[in-house]
Amino acid sequence: MLNIVVCVKAVPDASIADKLKIDPITKSLPRLDIPLVINPLDSHALEAALQLRKKYGAHITILCMGPPPAGNIVRECLALGADKGILLTDPAFAGADAFATAYTLAKAIEKNGPVDVVFCGMASSDGATEWVGPEIATFLNMPVVTMVREIVEDQGDEWIVKADYEHGHRKVKLKLPAIITVTRNLNQPGALSFSGILKARSKEITVWDREKLEIPADRVGLKGSPTYVTEMTHLERQRKVEILEGSLQEKVERLVQILSDAGVV
Amino acid sequence: MIDFTFTEEQELFRKAAREFAETKIAPHVPTMEETNRGWDEVIKELAEAEMIAITIPQEYGGLGMGYVARLIALEEIARVSVATAMMNQIFGLGIEPFIKFGTEEQKKKYLPKFATGERLATVAVTESSGGSDPKGCRTKYKKGNGTYLLNGRKCFITNSHTADAQVVLAVDEDNPDVFTTFIVEKGMEGFTPTHEEHKVGMRGCNTGEIEMKNVSVPAENVIGGEGKGLKVAMAAIGDVGRGGMVGCALGLQQACLEAAVKFSNERILYGKPISNLQAIQFKIAEMKIDLEAGRLLGYRAAAMQDKGERSSNEFAVAKYYTTEAAQKAAKMAVDIHGGYGCMEEFPVTRYLRDSYVLGPSAGTSDIMKVIISRWALS
Repeated sequence: MLNIVVCVKAVPDASIADKLKIDPITKSLPRLDIPLVINPLDSHALEAALQLRKKYGAHITILCMGPPPAGNIVRECLALGADKGILLTDPAFAGADAFATAYTLAKAIEKNGPVDVVFCGMASSDGATEWVGPEIATFLNMPVVTMVREIVEDQGDEWIVKADYEHGHRKVKLKLPAIITVTRNLNQPGALSFSGILKARSKEITVWDREKLEIPADRVGLKGSPTYVTEMTHLERQRKVEILEGSLQEKVERLVQILSDAGVV
Repeated sequence: MIDFTFTEEQELFRKAAREFAETKIAPHVPTMEETNRGWDEVIKELAEAEMIAITIPQEYGGLGMGYVARLIALEEIARVSVATAMMNQIFGLGIEPFIKFGTEEQKKKYLPKFATGERLATVAVTESSGGSDPKGCRTKYKKGNGTYLLNGRKCFITNSHTADAQVVLAVDEDNPDVFTTFIVEKGMEGFTPTHEEHKVGMRGCNTGEIEMKNVSVPAENVIGGEGKGLKVAMAAIGDVGRGGMVGCALGLQQACLEAAVKFSNERILYGKPISNLQAIQFKIAEMKIDLEAGRLLGYRAAAMQDKGERSSNEFAVAKYYTTEAAQKAAKMAVDIHGGYGCMEEFPVTRYLRDSYVLGPSAGTSDIMKVIISRWALS
């Protein structure tokens, strides 16, 4: 049976993105009073784990670092089918960059016991660094493949995965235990079900803080972060209307030009 | 100490129900509106998502989640499709007599199949003479040797053609004071769903008539005991039927409010969104006040129901308040849309039509006042 860890981040709900306020001092998004959702790509990571469990049997642990309300996200993952949840929460973890986050997650993975595969979303919808997966792999000294869009071969401890790169795909053979970061092309996440929510009642959520993980204070949170955000601004979105004039040929040419300039074609 | 917050689990129920309604039900709404059909596909979705199993105890294959959870689910479904919420609420109404009054054999025989949606239930009380005076029932039964012979017609029955098992109220042919409820099943000789109604709203939710001509019903299909029919029918309608209508009304109110907010923020008049105008703001405020108050009434009654307390009076208040408020909200939402509110591509026209079906279902507002005044005067 596979031991799978899925790293999940609680991110601000994108549907209220225009209402988010940036903290002028810390340059971060305060998360205590805003609706949090599962980072969308992490849902694909969880779905990958669920599909593997269906095929071969597996024990799926959700690992989430965040403030106490992120516990709701862990519970939701349990309702979606994961077996166990671990919430890493401690005021000392606040302000962690990708490096400190990955270090904390890696320590938790170690503490949790043997693991065959760690799935992460390729990036978070808020930070979007894409570094956490590879950095966990570095701390755990495991192979990593990023941007995986298909698991081609998943029997035994040598897998073949298909991953995206800028202008195409690559097939990669990797030896377990390994870290895999996934894209939205990998699968279609399942929906919450009422019976899943009821089953989650009996599933355990373990809460670990810095002391439980036995990490020095200067390796977590802002103190353990070699990078920090100096500025954060809202993206201005503007609607623009252009009415195409001229002959059909001219209109088509102009339309192709507009789409090309926008990077769509 | 009173806690007005939903639990973390209930919030997840709401999320699951909302996702279900938006992804699985919304795509069926145009067909339902255009054809007044489409219920087969919708029922399949409801069954797959375990929406029909919410109140059925776990030992009979259901979820056993209770009535607050049911109200949450109905509210979220109605926000997208009142017609779908209505059919689901009536499945729940049909199931309730089995849960509350069924024998162990009846529970084992019917409830697991209701939970999966393999079989569907409804309650048939209303007749052409009216639904709020069940003693005026003209469907009669004649007791025979181990069977009962049923004759009569029922009308305005939600799920009349889709339900496989209908809990039918009938009066003893030989004793007009004795009423009994029977499980009448599809396929019984002499039982026929007949006329299908074309309602002003809730299109795609099956409503129609059923006819019983010398239907021979075995004694094991008596539900709640001979002579207990009024109690069975009224308990189901009073708590579950009215509770379900509250869910339908709250969802519709929410939909009206969202549509009104969206439109008023987008519609520019005098160089500014019309949401800047106090006339519009006050309408939106009224919709919000009614919705908040209605939720308090509805969820209070459902919480009482979950505790096993009698809640029919509280549901009468909630049903009156929320269905009236839904009609008001739909009219205001249409008004805010101006001319666009008359165009069918805007959902507010559907909301207005649907809102007028909420009133009479499970008892008109005037009947609710009769119940409420009786409660107050008692």
